[in-house]
Parts: sequence; C-alpha cells; structure tokens
Amino acid sequence: MLRFIVRRLALMVPVLVGLSILLFVWIRKLPGDPARAMLGERATDSAIAQINQVYGFDKPVLQQYFIYTGRLLSGDFGDSTRDGRPVLESFIEQFPGTIELTLAALIIAVVLGVPLGFAAGRRIGGWLDNFVVTGSLLGVATPVFFLAILLKLVFADWLDWLPTSRRQDARVEATHPTNFYVLDGLLTREWDASWDAILHLVLPAVALGTIPLAIIVRITRASVAEVMGEDYVRTAISKGLAPKLVNRRHILRNALLPVVTTIGLQTGLLLSGAVLTESVFEFQGIGGYLFLSISQRDYPVVQGYILFIALIYSMVNLAVDVSYGLIDPRVRVS
Amino acid sequence: MTLRPTRLRKGMVVAAAAALLMAGCADSEREGSGGDGGGGGGGDEPTTGGTFVFAGSADPVTLDPFFASDGESFRPARQIFEGLVGTKPGTADPAPLLATSWETSEDGLSTTFMLETGVKFHDGSDFNGEAACWNFDRWYNTPPGIGQTEDQSYYWISLFKGFAEGELTDSVFESCTVDGEDQITVKLTQPFAGFVPALSLPSFSMQSQAAIEEYGAAEGDDPSQSAYATEHPTGTGPFVFDSWERENQITLQRNDDYWGDVALVDTVQIVPIAEPRARADALENGEIDGFDLVGPADIAGLEEDGFQILERPAFNVLYLGINQGQKPLDDIRVRQAIAHAIDKDEVISNSMPEGTVPATQFVPDLVNGYSEDVTSYEHDPDKARDLLAEAGAEDLTLMFNYPTDVTRPYMPSPGDTFNVIRGQLEEVGITVEGTPDVWSPDYLDRVQGGNDHGIHLLGWTGDYNDTDNFLGVFFGRPSNEWGFDNKQIFDLLTEARGLPTVEEQLPLYQDANEQIMEFLPGIPIASPVPSLAFAENVQGYVASPVQDEPWNLVSVEE
Repeated sequence: MLRFIVRRLALMVPVLVGLSILLFVWIRKLPGDPARAMLGERATDSAIAQINQVYGFDKPVLQQYFIYTGRLLSGDFGDSTRDGRPVLESFIEQFPGTIELTLAALIIAVVLGVPLGFAAGRRIGGWLDNFVVTGSLLGVATPVFFLAILLKLVFADWLDWLPTSRRQDARVEATHPTNFYVLDGLLTREWDASWDAILHLVLPAVALGTIPLAIIVRITRASVAEVMGEDYVRTAISKGLAPKLVNRRHILRNALLPVVTTIGLQTGLLLSGAVLTESVFEFQGIGGYLFLSISQRDYPVVQGYILFIALIYSMVNLAVDVSYGLIDPRVRVS
Repeated sequence: MTLRPTRLRKGMVVAAAAALLMAGCADSEREGSGGDGGGGGGGDEPTTGGTFVFAGSADPVTLDPFFASDGESFRPARQIFEGLVGTKPGTADPAPLLATSWETSEDGLSTTFMLETGVKFHDGSDFNGEAACWNFDRWYNTPPGIGQTEDQSYYWISLFKGFAEGELTDSVFESCTVDGEDQITVKLTQPFAGFVPALSLPSFSMQSQAAIEEYGAAEGDDPSQSAYATEHPTGTGPFVFDSWERENQITLQRNDDYWGDVALVDTVQIVPIAEPRARADALENGEIDGFDLVGPADIAGLEEDGFQILERPAFNVLYLGINQGQKPLDDIRVRQAIAHAIDKDEVISNSMPEGTVPATQFVPDLVNGYSEDVTSYEHDPDKARDLLAEAGAEDLTLMFNYPTDVTRPYMPSPGDTFNVIRGQLEEVGITVEGTPDVWSPDYLDRVQGGNDHGIHLLGWTGDYNDTDNFLGVFFGRPSNEWGFDNKQIFDLLTEARGLPTVEEQLPLYQDANEQIMEFLPGIPIASPVPSLAFAENVQGYVASPVQDEPWNLVSVEE
C-alpha cells in the first residue's frame, strides 16, 4: 500500500508541472493584459508600459515561466497584481471557507443520498423509488446558479429565514483562529458565532450539494439493485440471515465501492462548483477571489490557485483509491 | 479665507437628518440589532453608541491612501485620515480641514497653509507644520519601483507628474517648508490651479510619521501592502483603525480624542458585497445598515419597503465615444447625424435611475468651466438622415461596443443603454453591429488599446472639482479611444491647465467645452445619479458628489 501511495504521489509531479505550463501559456494568451485591468478607464500607454516593465510582463513568456518556477521552488507563489497580497497567504486565509462549504455540501449529499439510494434500490419500482428517481433527475438537471437564485428568492427574500450573503453577520462578535467559522465558534465558545456561520452555510451548501446528492442517489440505487441480484445475497437471505445483517454486510458494503468512487469524484467537482456558488452567495472562499482574479488577469493568483486546486483534487482521488482497500479486501490483496 | 474648518459640524446635523428622514414610515418586519427601539422623530437628538455596518462593492486594496486610487480603499481612508483640504459637505468645492486657510501667490507657484492646532494623530504624535511637510516629502520621495507605478501612486503621478528620483523626475512639486508650528509653504515648479482642490483627495491625507517609520515597507517591497498599510494606518480622522480581515470586514472604533465632532457611533464596520442585489438583500435582512451603489432596478422596491434612498449629486458623465480612426466617423456630418439620432431623454428613462440629467458636454454642471453656450444637438431623426445622405453614408454600418458585466456610477446598466441607443440609430437607417465585451480588461483593451472599435459607451466619475480632471482625461492627448489629432484642442487644454488660478482658467475651459462640442468627438449622454440605501434607523449621512463622506455624524437608533 505504501509503495502504491508513493508511486501515486510521484506521478503527481509531472501532472502539476504540465498543468503549470499549460496554465502559464493559457492565461497569457487570453485577450487583454493585466496592466490595463489594473488601471481601468484611466490607462495610458506609458502607464501600461511602465507596469509591464515593473512586473516583468514585458519579458518573453519562457523567461517569465522560468522566473516563476524558480520562485515556486523556494515556496514563493508571487503576489497578486490586483491587491498586492502574497498568493499563498490569501489562499490559506480563504481556503477554509471553501472547505467548509464543500464539506457541508458533501454531508448533505452523502447523508441524504446513500440512505435514499439504498432504500430506492431495495424496492425498484416502488413509490419511494419513483419519487427518488424523479427528484434526482430534477436535481441533476437544475443548474447551480438557477437553484441558487431560487433558494435566495424563497428562503431569504420571501420567507426571510436565512441570510443570503457572506459567511457570518458582521455584527456577530467572532474570533477566527482557524478561519473555519463553525469550528472557530466551537473552539472559542462563541456559540452564537458558530450558529450564525451554520445559518450562512445552509443556502450555499444546499445549492452546491444538490447535483452531487442526485448523482449519489442514482449510483447508490443502481449499485444496490445490482448487488441485490447477486448469488451471495440470495444465499444469505435463503440461509435465514437477519435482514439487517444482509443489508449491512452483503448489500451495502459491496454496493458502496462505486458510491465511494463517485463521492471522491464529486468532491473534486464540488471544489470547482464552489467557485461559482461562492460568487453567487458572496461567500468568502477562494471562489469569488479567483473569479475576480481571472477577470482582472491577475496571473499569479490564477496560476497559484488553480495549481493548489489541482493538487488537492489529486490528493482527494488518492484518498479515494486508498479507501477502496479499506472497503474491499480484494483490492487490498491485488 | 474666513471659512471655519468643516468636518460636518453640528450645523449640518439638521440638514443631514432631514436628508435621511425622507422615507415614509412603512411597516418593517425586520428586527433591529436589539434594544428598546427609541423614537425616530425628526426632532430627536441623534442616538450615540452602537455599530454602523456599511457595505461597499469590494474589499479595499490598501489602507495607505497614498498608494490607492479606488473608491473602496478611499472609503475607510475618509474615516481614518484627513487632508489639509476637505470639501464643503454635499459639494465638490474645496473647504478647510486640517488647514484652516491658505493663500496662493499671484504667480501660482507658492501656497501658504495655516494649520489647525492641537490636532493629534491616533498614535498620540502631533500634527503640525513638520508633520505636514514630512507627508509632502514622503510622497515626493516615493522610491522607484512598484510604488511609482500609476497603479499605486496614481494621483501623485497624474497631478504632480514626477518624483525626486526614478523615471519620472519632472515634478510639479518643488518643496515644502515649515514656517512655524502651524504654517507651511508649498512651492511648485509650475502653476497648477487645481493644486488646492486636488489636496482634498484621500491620497493626500496626512499620515503619522512615527507609525510609517515603525511599520512602513522596507526598501524594494510593495508599499501598499506594508504592515502599516494593512495593520497600522494612522491618521487624525474621527475613527481609529481596529482590524482588517481581508475580503471580510474592516472594523474602526470611535476616536474619542478627535479634534472635531466626535463620532456618534462606537464602531464602524465596512464589508464588501460585490453584487448590488446581494447588498440590497443584506440590508433587507438587517445584516447591514446601509450600502453604496444601489442597482437602479432595486430602488423602487427598497423605497416601498421603507428603506431610505439617498442620491449623490451627479459628478460624472456617460458618453458615446466615437472612434475617428474608423471611416466615415472622421466626417463631422456623420458624427452630427449620430448626435441628432439620439434621444437622451428616452435613454435616461429606459436605462438610468430617476434624477439623472441629460449631459450637454463632457463635464457635469457642478464642475468649473461648464458652459451654457455649447452647441446642442436636439433629437431630430430627419436631420440625422439628411446629414448621413449629405455625407454619402446612407448605408452606414457601425460597430457598437459596450461592456456586459459591469455597473459604474456613470453607467448603471450598459446593456440597456446600448439597446435604447441601438434602436434610435437603426431608426435613422444606421445598421448597428452590437459588440459586447467583458468589462475588464477585454472591453477597456478594445476601446482604449487599439483601433478595432467604432462607437462605444464609456464615462468618468470626477475625483475633485477641476475641469482638467474631466477634459484633460478625455482629450488631453491623442488616444486610441477617440482616434483624432486636434492640436487646437490639445493646446487649449494644456494652456488652461498651466494657468495659476481657477478664475483665469474658467474662460479657457468654457471655450474648450464649446470647441469640443462643435468638433463633437463623442456624444455626452447623461450624468446618472448614484444612490445609497439605508435602514430606517440610520441618521446623519450626508452624500457627497466626490464621496467625501465622513461618518462622525452618522447615528444608528437602537
């Protein structure tokens, strides 16, 4: 297992190097230059030339790339050209928000998705199955931004139940030692701050979690239905094993393998989906900042953030592969 | 100069309260921030204490205003810092602030400022002649590198042109001498009538030497991100910096030792919320007490729900730019035809907030040099068709560039504005090829960076009351945006800028406005009125055309 992990980690290196080259070239081929984005309406040719010179944007792309990678190797991801902040610093500060949102969406998707899919798969064609199939189809088909607007309209504008923007009410006195706001409130015993952070999480997490929920429901349902037809399940039932035991040991455990793969893949997708959801809900994670940085041609931020996201995506997939071994001993042996 | 130093003195309270108590008394289902809900009648004494939460559209870039040029960085700076010169509340006209009065020499090369006495910075150091001159010297001696780019010290470069060393050394600033504890003299290398009004910009705020020396940027580092600029900004203003959680919120506390009117609220929080609709939602949910840049579509709904809408006097201009680098737009008859095709009133009623006024020239009427005698081009489709025929351009096809994802104070809804104007141009037989682009940098790159554009929407919000801040920005030199080379206009603007007093400049700028409207490089469309929104319980906010809005007299009833 250790060799497997080391090999997978080693494989990440060429992936990240390749990605960094692609990113570097891609962002520089986009129309518009960062100097004009920085100066806005008041850009003059001389000011643009001056900024390009000071920031080194006038150097050949290859030279810029070597300077960039040289700095990367010493842990320097550069500074934002938009607000001057070190890229690593802003990422570390904002990423907890994205993780919090992703986790909340994932919890909604898994906690609701697996039991619903299991129950539907056990009785294909039943009323619950029909309901789940229809609901999941709707969930998959609804774009995140549309759902987000709908949720805001109903739960914030009409019902006035939930906040629609930001991670916490500015008036709530809160200290943020970790920047995981829910956790921070628990750590500092500022319960109201934690509760407020949870309330702020609900709408974005529901919006973000709906598509993964629908997918997990469908995969679980199909997988359970397939396992139900296996000989060993029939044998277990016919030899009089307790239904609960059959469900847990024989059906669920075997059906979970594709579900875990799906959850792993969805976690990566959730991270990228969070970028859009955060923008819609003005949620302070990496999303809104990255979105703005792309539109402002903030090269260091776009390069740094996408590399970080790619690294995290690879790590999550590695964790999923490792978890196969824990769920299914056959994989471990092979 | 006999004006008293003004920082929203108490006399303003009545006007301010009246301005904010204009909304009706519609029932509100929202809860306040707690408390017993004391009365809100117009004659009540303003409430003291509490927190005022205000939403802007973005996080500031830096809290050292010298290295900032964006409105969101200036917003907290207006609370923490003060300059020698302020503005008369509600106007763009210069008024005493840390300088009680000033006297400019006849040749315009020397200005003596008398300073307010007994003022202290938040760190306890004295504000006096030495502190004031130290600030001028600091600006002038900005080290070469990032700090000398227009992205950072934009206003110094734009107005004072150069530094002690570096690539730009031809500076308008010569020296600052301390004449005494409460008097300094600033010498310029050439006359600059806009000098005193320009000092009302937050970039030229007085900052604490002690704090900058302790926390300022090391040589070669980005000065806008120093420990001083992010954690220890120190001025003389009504609020003291407390904390800044980047992309989240800025917290300021009342300066109890303030030399002017001590602030009414204990704490101020400034939060960034990018979308106008999300800001409105946050106000409706009671998460914030007020916000800037209300979306035109949200105004009626907010008013119906009992929120207060405050209008800033228009200090901007939206225009339809014409690129004379593309034929036949270099033909004056074609440009006149476009001008006659446009019905500004219809454009305003369909795409701009109430209160917007049509523009007759490239400066709003609050600006010096505004002329009543400019050539006007009334809406006359028949005349437009005749002019096109005369120019042999009956089958004219025009590329019409407009931005898609932006609202600016001068351009609240560019897509709608484009649609109305397109309809009007098509009515006179012009075929319009709509060319939308993402605002930044694509759109700006297209209309300002090259020749691949036809007619376009753009504008400007003034920084302070100076004609050069409008006309000089648009027409001070040949540019890709306009594609013309009219030496007469360039020379006239250069000459006007070099005159020592506003009085001498006035006829030249009026002449410039008249010449420009005859030459018709573009068509001024309107000066939209930017709006602010507040909860019912907020009092004392005075809107300023140049956003000089200190919050010391703002109160929030519990």
